[in-house]
Amino acid sequence: MRKITKVLFKEVIYLMQKDFLLEWRQKYAFNGMLLYVSSTVFVCYLSFGLRSNALQVPVWNALFWIILLFTSVNAIAKSFMQENRGRLLYFYSIVSPQGIILAKILYNACLMLVLALLCFGFYAFVLGNPVEDIPMFLLSILLGAIGFSTSLTMISGIASKAANSSTLMAVLSFPVIVPMLLMLIKMSKNAMDGLERSASLDELLTLLAINMIVVTVSYILFPYLWRS
Amino acid sequence: MKKNWWKILTVLLLVFTVVVGMLSDVPRLAILNETIRNLYFHVPMWFGMILILLVSVVYSIKYLRKPSIKNDIIAHEAAKVGILFGVLGIVTGMEWAKFTWGEYWSNDPKQNGAAIGLLIYFAYLVLRSSFAEQQQRARISAVYNIFAFAALIPLLFILPRLTDSLHPGNGGNPGFNAYDLDSSLRMVFYPAVLGWTLLGVWIINVKSRLELLRQRIYENV
Repeated sequence: MRKITKVLFKEVIYLMQKDFLLEWRQKYAFNGMLLYVSSTVFVCYLSFGLRSNALQVPVWNALFWIILLFTSVNAIAKSFMQENRGRLLYFYSIVSPQGIILAKILYNACLMLVLALLCFGFYAFVLGNPVEDIPMFLLSILLGAIGFSTSLTMISGIASKAANSSTLMAVLSFPVIVPMLLMLIKMSKNAMDGLERSASLDELLTLLAINMIVVTVSYILFPYLWRS
Repeated sequence: MKKNWWKILTVLLLVFTVVVGMLSDVPRLAILNETIRNLYFHVPMWFGMILILLVSVVYSIKYLRKPSIKNDIIAHEAAKVGILFGVLGIVTGMEWAKFTWGEYWSNDPKQNGAAIGLLIYFAYLVLRSSFAEQQQRARISAVYNIFAFAALIPLLFILPRLTDSLHPGNGGNPGFNAYDLDSSLRMVFYPAVLGWTLLGVWIINVKSRLELLRQRIYENV
């Protein structure tokens, strides 16, 4: 048992290294998503036609999470589609499916975390920053990045098998991600209003629990998906 | 005849539900008045939906363990019947909400959760229709079915309990335990749940047999 865990751990590390290396060489997904985030934020800024600090707190919060949601759907959708057939076959012969899904989840979580932080920085810069409890808000961004990457990675694996995968990605992922999104919006709203931190404990625990469920289910189900 | 006793039971239970549910005495309560009878029609829809979707998930798991066309068909038909129950549940709930809460849709967490749950299963149908090859369709939609059910559980059972809701049984509103001091509601409610669920199982049974026969005809053409 211990040996299997060790092998799995090694595989995950290798696969993540490979993902980071590919990203570093091509700088394709990351730069693309960066541009996507900044143009979306800028479009929001222009279309509201406002000066800084003029958005109401709930609107600011909801807009921020909607931008992040679309960014993550677009960023994570690539995680299986960009791999070509030959490479997938190669992986199939040398690593376990569990290793692949865990590596992808972790890699996407890192990617989303960086993107979300940059998005927050730019968003706060352009549209004003009404957040009172910044560490708590950053915590909710961290949980959001992890949560989005756990549920969307599995969905992107499912969608990549189908014909019209980009439409399917949105259709399959939105309903699944809504509970998480609602919790995140509530938690970050608490942080923005500077409420006591214990007020967000419920949301925090629920988010962690949902993440655990999703990771476990992905871990169990991915081998079946991988086989086809 | 021996194997069909449960179909007779279904018919008897549903006749009992409708007749007794419409005619019997119910507790007189402000606001609720006669709408309390919706307990026999709206609530069993959700019980039935969850049970039937559970059947669907069980058959999806069975399919992944032992791929056979029968398991796939049952999982698919059960998901469709689950959707039917969900739609009926939402419609009866909205009708009830119009008379008690004043609006068909009042942005209540329970209503939103139910709507999102239905969206998940509509997505399941869309996913199914986007594969041409049958085995791949069966396997991948089985994977999504299990995944979606795991996502549905927190949506329906955890989130509404964390927020305030107008719905009976949530946010400090009394559930039906508080109303039926004499257990008269339970007398009809439990048979109603059983009856509606059995009706769903019956529909699945007929539809999947039909679908299996259809597959056999295609193979022989």
